Amino acid sequence: MNKTDILHKYSPLMENVLLILHEFQSYNPRNYLSEKDLAMIAKYLNVPYSSIYGVVSYYTLFSLTPRGKHIIRICNSPVCHMAGSNDILLELRKNLKIDSGETTAEGFFTLETTECLGQCDTATN
Amino acid sequence: MRYIVCNADEGEPGTFKDRIIMEGDPHLLIEGMIIAAYAVGAKKGYIYIRGEYYKSVDMIRKALEIARERGFLGDNILDSGYSLDIVVKLGGGSYLCGEEFTLLESIEGKRGYPRIKPPYPAEKGLFDMPTLVNNVETLSHIPTIILNGAEWYKSIGTNQSPGTKIFSISGDVNNPGYFEVEMGVRLKELVYNLAGGIKDNKKFKTALIGGAAGTFAPESFLDVSMDFESLQERDAVLGSGAIIVMAEDKSILDMLHSILRFFGHESCGKCVPCRVGTRQLLILLEKIITDGHDNNSSDIDALLEQAELMAKTSLCPLGQSPVLPIKSAMRYFRNELEQTTN
Repeated sequence: MNKTDILHKYSPLMENVLLILHEFQSYNPRNYLSEKDLAMIAKYLNVPYSSIYGVVSYYTLFSLTPRGKHIIRICNSPVCHMAGSNDILLELRKNLKIDSGETTAEGFFTLETTECLGQCDTATN
Repeated sequence: MRYIVCNADEGEPGTFKDRIIMEGDPHLLIEGMIIAAYAVGAKKGYIYIRGEYYKSVDMIRKALEIARERGFLGDNILDSGYSLDIVVKLGGGSYLCGEEFTLLESIEGKRGYPRIKPPYPAEKGLFDMPTLVNNVETLSHIPTIILNGAEWYKSIGTNQSPGTKIFSISGDVNNPGYFEVEMGVRLKELVYNLAGGIKDNKKFKTALIGGAAGTFAPESFLDVSMDFESLQERDAVLGSGAIIVMAEDKSILDMLHSILRFFGHESCGKCVPCRVGTRQLLILLEKIITDGHDNNSSDIDALLEQAELMAKTSLCPLGQSPVLPIKSAMRYFRNELEQTTN
C-alpha cells in the first residue's frame, strides 16, 4: 500500500483528516509528517495547506520533524509523577544521551513526555 | 440529521475505566450506543477514541465489524426499519478533546477549541446537527437497564444516584485498579477493602477524587458516601470517579504543582482567563514553593483568587477546574502550603 492508497480508503472530507494523518505518520519509517505529506493531504481534501498544518500543529501525537523508529513516552501526569516517573525520565536521558523531545544519533529512539495514558494502576513506585 | 457520539477520549489523570470496557467488553458499549441512537433517532454514530488507546481502537473496530456482519448495524437492523452505522474516529493527543464541544470540533477535522454555549449539542452539535454525546461508561449501562428494567437499576445505589459507578483507584494503595460498585459505597471501603489499604503500612493523607480536576479529600471524608450529591454537599466532585490515594509521606504541594502544570500544558489558548490564568497559577505556586516557610500568606490567597476568577470567566471546564484542587488543598492542607511545619 502506498500513500495514495491510504488516501483513497477515506472519502475526501475533513472529518477524516486525523485518521489520514495517523496512517501517513505510521507509514513513514521516521514516524513524522513531511511537508509533502501535508500538501498531498490538503490536495486530496481540497483545503488549503494551512488547514492541514493547523491540525497537525495542534495535536501532540503528530510530529513535523523526523523521529526515531521507536518512540519512548514517559507519562508526566499526577499519578505517574507521584510514582517517580521523573526518575525514569532522568535515567533514560542519561542512558540514551538525549533530552526529552530528541532522537538518538542513529535514529533508533525518540524520548518524549506525555500526559495521562490511562495506565495509572500500573504506575511503578 | 441526528448524530450520536461516544466520548472515548478518557484523559482525566487517574482514570482508566473506559479503556477497560473498550478492551474487554466492546460489544457492551456498541449495544448501548445502538439503543441510545435508536431512542433519539440518530442515523450515524461516532466513537471518538483517543489516539493513544490503540488497543481500544483495535478492539472496537473489530467489534463493529462483527456487529455489522451479524446485522446489528447497517440498514434495517433486525428488520426494525431502523438503520444506523457507527464509525471510529481517532484523537490526536489532547486532553481538551474529551470536553464535549471540543470533541465535536475534533471530529469535524479542526483544531480542538471549545464552543460558546448555549447552544448545546442536543440542539446544535456535530456539523451543526442535533447530537447526543455520552461517555463510554454511561452508554455501557444501557443494555442491562433495558434487559432488567429501571426498577432493577434503581434498586441499588442511592435515591438520587442510582445504579453503579466504576472507580479507578491508583496511587499509594496495595491493589490499584478499577472497581464497579454501587453508588453510595463509602470512600474507606474503596480505599481499604477493595484497593487493599495504604502501601507499606503507611497512613492515609488524602485522596484526590475526580482526577486533576478533582478535590483533595481529608481523612474525615473516609466515611462519606461516594455519590454525586453527598460529595457535592461537601464541595467535592465525583468527576470521572478517579481516586488518587496519597500516603502520609507524599507532598500536597508537589501534587498541586503536577496538576497545575498539566492544566497549563493542556490549555488550548482560546480564552484569556485560561491561557493566561493557567500560566499565572503555575508561576504563583512556584513562588510559594521557592519562598518556603518565608512565603507570603497573601500569595496563597492570591492563588485561590486567581483560580476563582478563572472558574467564573473561562470558556470551558478546563479553565474552570483548577479552583477545585486549589480550594480543597487550602481548606484541608493549608499548613502544607504555608510550609510552616518544615
